[in-house]
Amino acid sequence: MATSAVSHSAAHGAIHVEKTGLWSWITTVDHKKIGILYGATAFTFFLIGGLEALLLRIQLGTAENTFLTPEAYNQLFTMHGTTMIFLAVMPLSAMFFNYLIPLMIGARDVAFPRLNAFSYWVFLFGGLFLNASFLFNAAPNAGWFGYANLTSKQYSPGLNIDFWVLGLQILGISSLAAAVNFFTTIINMRAKGMKLMRMPIFVWMSFITQVLLLLAFPVITVALILLTFDRVFGTHFYVPAGGGDPLLWQHLFWIFGHPEVYILILPAFGIVSEILPVFSRKPLFGYAAMVFSGIFIAFLGFGVWSHHMFATGMGPIADTVFSLSTMLIAIPTGVKIFNWIGTVAGGSLQMRTPMYFALGFIAMFIIGGLSGVMHASPPADLQQTDTYFVVAHFHYVMFGGSIFALTAGAYYWWPKMFGRMLNEGLGKAHFWLMLIGFNLTFFPMHFVGLHGMPRRVYTYPDGLGFELMNQIETAGSLLLGSSFLIFIYNVIRTSRRPADAPADPWNGATLEWALPSPPQEFNFAVEPEVHSRDPLWETKRERGGTLPEPARVSSAGIHLPNPSYWPLIAALSVLAFFVALLMFAHTGPWPMVAAGVMLFFSVCKWAFEPAG
Amino acid sequence: MSHATHALEHHTATGLDNRKVAIWTFIGSECLFFASLISTYLVYKGRDTSGPTPDEILQIPLVTFGTALLLFSSLFVVLALNGAQRGNRKAMLGWLAATIICGLFFIGMQVYEFQHFMHEGLKLQTNLFGATFYTLTGFHGTHVTIGVIWLITVFITALRGKLPPEKALNLEMAALYWHFVDVVWIVIFPVVYLMK
Amino acid sequence: MTSWARAFGRTGRVAPFLVLALALAACGGTSAEYPQSTLHPKADFARMIDGVFMTTVWWSLAVFILVEGALLYVIFRYRGKPDDAEPNQVHGNTTLEIIWTAIPALILAMIAVPTVRAIFETYEVPKGGDVLEIEVVGHQWWWEFRYPEYGVTTANELHVPVGRTVLLRMKAYDVLHSFWVPQFAAKRDVFPNRTTTLWFRADSTGYYSGQCAEFCGVQHGRMAFHVAATSPEEFDGYVKGLQATAMPAAAPAGTAPADSAAVRTTAAAPVTTTTLAATQQGSQTPAVRPAPRDSVPPPAPATPAAGSVAEGQKLFAQRGCVACHSINATKPMGIGPNLANVGSRRYIGAGMLQNTDENLALWIKDPQAIKHGVLMANLGLTIEQARSVAGYLRTLK
Repeated sequence: MATSAVSHSAAHGAIHVEKTGLWSWITTVDHKKIGILYGATAFTFFLIGGLEALLLRIQLGTAENTFLTPEAYNQLFTMHGTTMIFLAVMPLSAMFFNYLIPLMIGARDVAFPRLNAFSYWVFLFGGLFLNASFLFNAAPNAGWFGYANLTSKQYSPGLNIDFWVLGLQILGISSLAAAVNFFTTIINMRAKGMKLMRMPIFVWMSFITQVLLLLAFPVITVALILLTFDRVFGTHFYVPAGGGDPLLWQHLFWIFGHPEVYILILPAFGIVSEILPVFSRKPLFGYAAMVFSGIFIAFLGFGVWSHHMFATGMGPIADTVFSLSTMLIAIPTGVKIFNWIGTVAGGSLQMRTPMYFALGFIAMFIIGGLSGVMHASPPADLQQTDTYFVVAHFHYVMFGGSIFALTAGAYYWWPKMFGRMLNEGLGKAHFWLMLIGFNLTFFPMHFVGLHGMPRRVYTYPDGLGFELMNQIETAGSLLLGSSFLIFIYNVIRTSRRPADAPADPWNGATLEWALPSPPQEFNFAVEPEVHSRDPLWETKRERGGTLPEPARVSSAGIHLPNPSYWPLIAALSVLAFFVALLMFAHTGPWPMVAAGVMLFFSVCKWAFEPAG
Repeated sequence: MSHATHALEHHTATGLDNRKVAIWTFIGSECLFFASLISTYLVYKGRDTSGPTPDEILQIPLVTFGTALLLFSSLFVVLALNGAQRGNRKAMLGWLAATIICGLFFIGMQVYEFQHFMHEGLKLQTNLFGATFYTLTGFHGTHVTIGVIWLITVFITALRGKLPPEKALNLEMAALYWHFVDVVWIVIFPVVYLMK
Repeated sequence: MTSWARAFGRTGRVAPFLVLALALAACGGTSAEYPQSTLHPKADFARMIDGVFMTTVWWSLAVFILVEGALLYVIFRYRGKPDDAEPNQVHGNTTLEIIWTAIPALILAMIAVPTVRAIFETYEVPKGGDVLEIEVVGHQWWWEFRYPEYGVTTANELHVPVGRTVLLRMKAYDVLHSFWVPQFAAKRDVFPNRTTTLWFRADSTGYYSGQCAEFCGVQHGRMAFHVAATSPEEFDGYVKGLQATAMPAAAPAGTAPADSAAVRTTAAAPVTTTTLAATQQGSQTPAVRPAPRDSVPPPAPATPAAGSVAEGQKLFAQRGCVACHSINATKPMGIGPNLANVGSRRYIGAGMLQNTDENLALWIKDPQAIKHGVLMANLGLTIEQARSVAGYLRTLK
């Protein structure tokens, strides 16, 4: 028996009243506010990406449809993919990284609060930059993985690909800065007693995700730089006429691209691994196995990239090697699924909304994982790749996986973040409509793909048997879209109610539930000390059940980082630099130089201003 | 920087300052950046069908001298850091200046090399060697330039008396980055200039 | 009642299997319902692939039923109430971890072995017998097929003989494409800077469809092609017909043979409808030997009747078509599809339209309206002129 995980400060002095105006949001360096900014922005982009998908589905609902021109369709499917991956799922994960990691490890904030704000602003500007392309009728239109040499200047003469390349570079800067930040935070700022193997599993999965970000993003940065040089300076990295090889793009892209999909799913694994134990009222089954399988997946994830290239004729040895490594990665993934089931088994399930979504995640991810195993066999994949079968696969893991999990996390942590509980009835309605709509949309895609429908086609003829399945998919997508209307209604309705949610509505196991809902700006008045996993359960057990509602205390004597607008200015400089690069052909290098100077200036001001 | 004082007071799980962990993390990430550029160089090595080839155009002696300068500069920055940590202002400023001068010479050598190559008919667009060579060494040179700017900034801070031993970490971070830039060159130099 | 039964309830037990049965039923279908399906292989290559695929399907189905079933079971079995006692705080079980690591590994091995075997088999072009080499070139947005063995080229409709191994050597003209013919040989990407290969031996006759499977620009969605698997005799006849489109003949006195490089020919023998019709495969012996049919047709008489084939032929020669299209299968141009036998193809525009007279005319008049972005320009023909050209092309069989 030692000091409890959380003690209650008897500090004197006025309770710090937090600012709430617009300026406080613009200059915030508080990880919680930044997390909310990420969440709101990402959800907006998610809705935009969803709208893009609905337009695609309307077009595909009928054979030979003319609702969308091929040009519009190709822009929409490209932006749908790019938006969902880079502007929705990743930043929604970032919302949780931001909000939860410091709380879960008992810290007051992340290692570099201003860098954190910078990451958010750069993300926002990157998303705006990408979407600004629509204003010029030049939205990216070569798919979210933009294969060379279609993306060369010769075959894509407009600004579409330039928007895409530069937009992704901006987003890469955001991700890399955040990854350095969270990596350092997790390594260095854990509370006393929180050894690595006592960290909440969400923190572990996030940690592994940061490593993947750090190692994978530089590769796509290089790939995009080479493409930019081809387009702007006339090099031939990917241009066959000058000796270049389009396959180089595929290798570089997928060396990034495959770890990227683990970046998209590992946080989801972490969220679900936090929710299942709480609503089963027993600990996560096989914590160590979950940690090591996550590490193994990340490591192996760098060794499977060419399974995206099975149709390129790499030869039997390469095909075999990547097939076997891909099958191998299925093993730790399966281990996780079994451990989740083991968590639920023998429990006392409290069927609340977060639990519904978490269980739905497992059910859908099993399907997505199995179609992934089918892809792992090159002979089979030779029929499946580039068809709707693979569209089904990745939507099952990305939507059925990531989005279901992120939604579970939203319902679970909503009270902590906003001090209000989302309505249960509406939450369950959201779940069922989403589950049904999702499966109606994506399950038939397995079949229509096997029956011969390639992906990225703006229409299809009568007589190939595609129409019925496409109609079902379109109907499903409308149901799926409307499920989010329920969520939005729930959010608005809840926002009108008083912020009186308790600190620990779910009987949570981790440190964030020891703080008021929402926590005060400084999080912990006194740095907690932990002695086990599930520190809050341990504390509650010691105290004989529940904890009293924590009081809001004075922030006297607590050092808080100062708000700052330099991260925003620096982010604007980054945006200016890339806009100048986009216009390079017209304006020459001087606007870029000016933006660079502005960036240097703002970084210096940032570096030399007092931090707190 | 007041933040530095606070940072040192904060207990960290590794005992290392956050900023030191961060710079190492960043360096780890940058390794993949250069690995991708070096791989691209290697993949396209020897596949030119026209234009100047490495054998024809590379000036090994000049670049060897530049390489030596860069290597020595890493030693100089270690000595500068030593001076900073011990409060030896003369040593700190002197060796830091030496580091910066070496860095500037290296950049100068590269600028000269690039100009010379362009006169000889090797441009970025000329062939695969031009593309991969300029991109790889150009990005390295950019990193050297950023490093030099960073070191100059630290030098000015030190000159104004704002780099006492407690704040030596500011120099250490720049020094770590500088070492990284040097190590990358230690890979690039044999791969580009020495390998046949 | 056993707890298992209690857990599921009656509908719970039946429902999953109903869903599964429905799903499986939706799977199969017939070749007629799904002409481009991967599930009805008609060649040895596709059958090898189908074999491995079905292996993965059965294992996946088994795992799905087991694991999804286990999940559903625990969800129902362990439902609790808020005031229930705290369940046993189990942290894990090493034995279980080992078991559920080893069993998936074993199952994957059962998939890996036939997979690796099939990988090597599918890369190995069968030797022995008479392998027919065909060159495939993917263009934005049509397919070119060349038969080096016979010296002929065609487009969008690939004829192959049943029972003979076909080796496809494939490249792209411009950007990446992917040649996908599900019933025969799955797919292989095609590149501008390297050759990729596929092979298959068709085992039943029929007319099959395929499609480009690598996003290649605005009209990627309409880059289909068809494969006509025919008897060896029919195939021979087909090839001979293509070769005949270059059949030399004694030119009438005073005329020079047309030059394929010239857009307009000078004097040449007037070509009548009967003469052209006579070059069709299987027609009766013409009374007059067919005129030389070089890549450029000789011009028709000075003022052919409006709407006539002769007018069409004149327009074809004079309005720019010959800049991209050859009508001689032995002298391909490679810019636009070879039209030597366009009259007898079932589709035009790379599977876009059925090859009816009216469709052909509409296409010629305004290809952009039908397939926006296609590299064939609007030549500014009236609909009547377009019909004439269509009529002329109809005679090229």
